[in-house]
Amino acid sequence: MDTGIGGLMHGFSIALEPHNLLWCFVGVMVGNLVGVLPGMGVLSAISILLPLTFGMKPVAAVLMLSGIYYGAQYGGAICSILLNLPCHPPHAVTCLDGFPMTKQGRGGVALGITMLGSMFGAAFGILQMIFFAPYVAKVAFQFGAPEICALMLLGLLAGSTLAKGSPLKGVAMTMLGLMLGIMGTDVNTGVERFTFGVVDLSDGLELVALSLGLFGIAEFLRSVNNTAPLNLAYTNIKVRDMVPTKDDLKRAAMPILRGTLVGSLCSCIPGTGPTIASFVAYATEKKVSKTPERFGHGAIEGVAAPEASTHSSVQGDFIPTMSLGIPGDAVMALLLGALIIHGITPGPRLIVEHPDLFWGLIASFWIGNLILIILNVPMIGIWVKMLMIPYKFLYPSALFFICIGVFAARNSLFDVGATLALGIFGYLLMLLKFEPAPILLGFVLGPRFEENFRRALIISRGDLMTFIERPIAGVFMGFCALLILGQLYVRIRKPKLMDKPAIAGHGVE
Amino acid sequence: MISEGRRDYYAGGLMILIGGGAAVIGTSYKVGTLTQMGPGFFPVCLGVMMAIMGVLIALAARAGAKAGADIMDAHHALASHPDWRGWGCIFGSVFAFIVLAEYAGLAPATFFCVFIGASGDNDSHVKASALLAGGITLFAIALFSFVLHVQIPIVRGL
Repeated sequence: MDTGIGGLMHGFSIALEPHNLLWCFVGVMVGNLVGVLPGMGVLSAISILLPLTFGMKPVAAVLMLSGIYYGAQYGGAICSILLNLPCHPPHAVTCLDGFPMTKQGRGGVALGITMLGSMFGAAFGILQMIFFAPYVAKVAFQFGAPEICALMLLGLLAGSTLAKGSPLKGVAMTMLGLMLGIMGTDVNTGVERFTFGVVDLSDGLELVALSLGLFGIAEFLRSVNNTAPLNLAYTNIKVRDMVPTKDDLKRAAMPILRGTLVGSLCSCIPGTGPTIASFVAYATEKKVSKTPERFGHGAIEGVAAPEASTHSSVQGDFIPTMSLGIPGDAVMALLLGALIIHGITPGPRLIVEHPDLFWGLIASFWIGNLILIILNVPMIGIWVKMLMIPYKFLYPSALFFICIGVFAARNSLFDVGATLALGIFGYLLMLLKFEPAPILLGFVLGPRFEENFRRALIISRGDLMTFIERPIAGVFMGFCALLILGQLYVRIRKPKLMDKPAIAGHGVE
Repeated sequence: MISEGRRDYYAGGLMILIGGGAAVIGTSYKVGTLTQMGPGFFPVCLGVMMAIMGVLIALAARAGAKAGADIMDAHHALASHPDWRGWGCIFGSVFAFIVLAEYAGLAPATFFCVFIGASGDNDSHVKASALLAGGITLFAIALFSFVLHVQIPIVRGL
C-alpha cells in the first residue's frame, strides 16, 4: 500500500463509495458557495460543519471538511474577478487584473483561464502529495520526542512569522493559543489549569468555540454595517464567454506553469499558505514579463499565475498536516483538530495506520476538483446569482448556524457563551492589529507540544541540549534560528524589502 | 478609534497583562524542575515568554519600526467609528440564543437569534428581518430537530 499507484487505486475504491462520494460532493458544494458569498469565511464554514460530522465515519468527515477548503478556492475567484471583492485572502491579488478584465468585458475569459489554471495547479499539488507525503512520513518515522518537539517549534514559528502581520505579534498570538490549549485538566497530573473553578472548562476550551469566536463572531463585529456596496454591473456571464481564445491560452500557459511551481514551493514551507503563494506568483509574473506595465490593466497572466499557485498550494498544504501532523495554517489546524476529535492520531503513522483515510482523501481530491469544474463551468450563471445575496441577510443566518454548531459540539450552552466572549476578545485583538490565525495553530498543537517537550526532557534527564545534540532535532532548531535571524535581518537592515509587497497589496482597494 | 501610534503600546500591554497573569496563576500549580516537570512548568514559561513578547511589541512601536503590518490587509479596514447598533445586536443575538435555548426551546431561540442579529444592519426592516428569521427557523426545525436530532426541544414545556 505504500507505493503511490497502489495506494491511489485503493483510495479511489474508498472515495467512490456512494456514501463518501456524497459527502465529498456536499463538501465542495458548500465550499464553492462559501467562496462565492462575500463575507463568508472558510474557517467558519468548516467549524460550523465540524460538529455535524461527529456522527459520520472519519473518512467521510475529513473528505467533506477538506472539500470545503479547496472548493472555496474556486468560488473565491468568481467573487474576486466579477465583484472586485478580495473577500478571500488568497484571491485578493486576482482582483488586480481580474476586475479590469471584467470591465473590458472579458470577465468570462478570466474565469475560464482561472478554471484551467486551478485544475492544473490542483493536479500538480495532488501529485506532489501522492509522491511526497509517504516519503516525508517514512523519514519522520524515526522521530522521537525531541525531534517532534523541535519540528513543532519550527512549524509554530514559521506559521506565526511568515504569515501576514507583524511577526512579533504573530509569535505572541501563537503563545496565546498554546496557553488556551492547556486550559482544562492536565493529562499527566490531573491538575485543572486556568479553569477558574468553572466546571465546563475542565475538559478544556472547545476547538469549535474558539475558531467560531475568532473567525465568526469577531469577523461579523468588524464587518457589520462596514461592507463595501456590491457592484453587480458586470455579473452577467454566460458559459460561452468563458472560452478563451488561442492567444489567451498562449499567454496564460507559462504563467500557469510558473504559478503552479511557486505554489508547490510555498506549500513546502510551513506558514506560507495559499495567500503568500498567490502574492509571490503575481510578483514573479510581473518581474518576468516583458510588458510589466500591462499588469493592473487586465493582463491575463496576472490572473492565471496567482490562481494556479493558490490551488497547487492549497493541495500541497495537506502534506505536512497528513504526513507529520504539523499544520501549516489555521485551516489545516482545524482539520487536524477534526482528525483528533474523530480519534485519529495525526503524525507520521497516519498513512500506515489509516491508509483508507489518507489515500481516500487524495482520491477525493481528484474527484472533488472534477466535480468543481463541472459545477463551475456549466453552472457559472447560478453561482454568479449567488453573489447577489446581500450581507445583511447572510450574517444573521450565519450567527444562528454558529450558535447551533457550537452547541452541537458538546451539547453545551456554556460553549456558546464562550464563543461570544472569545469573539469580542478576538475583535479587540483585531483592533490592536493582531492576526488571530496563529492562535488556532498554537491551540491545536499546544497539548501535544507540551507532552513531547516533557517527554523529551524526561528522557534526557532535564538536559536542554538534547534539542541541539540530536542531529535531526538540531537541524530543525537551526532552521528556527535561521528564521528568526532572517526576520531580524529583513526588518532591521532592509526596511525597503518590506515595502515592495505592500505596494502590490495597496492596489487591491 | 485607536490612534496608530498608541495601538502597539496597548497591544504590548495586553500581552504583558495576559502573560504575566498566566505566569502568576501558573506558579500556584506545582512548577517542578526540567527533569520532573510539574503542571505549572509550561504555563509559567509560556506566560513569561509572552510577557517578554509584549515588551518587545511595545519597544518596537517605540522604535517606530512599523513592522510591515500592512502587507496584505488592504481589505482589512476596520470600522472607523464605533457601531454600537451592530455590535449590540450581534451580542444580543447570541445572548438571546443561549437564554431562549435554555428556557424556551429551539424555535424561539432560532427566531430571535436571527431577528435580533438582522436588526443590527442599518438598512434592516422589521418585516424583512422577521421573514428571514421565520424562514431560518423553519429550516432549522427541519434540519436540526428532525434530521440531526440536536438536543434542544423545538418548544420547551410542550
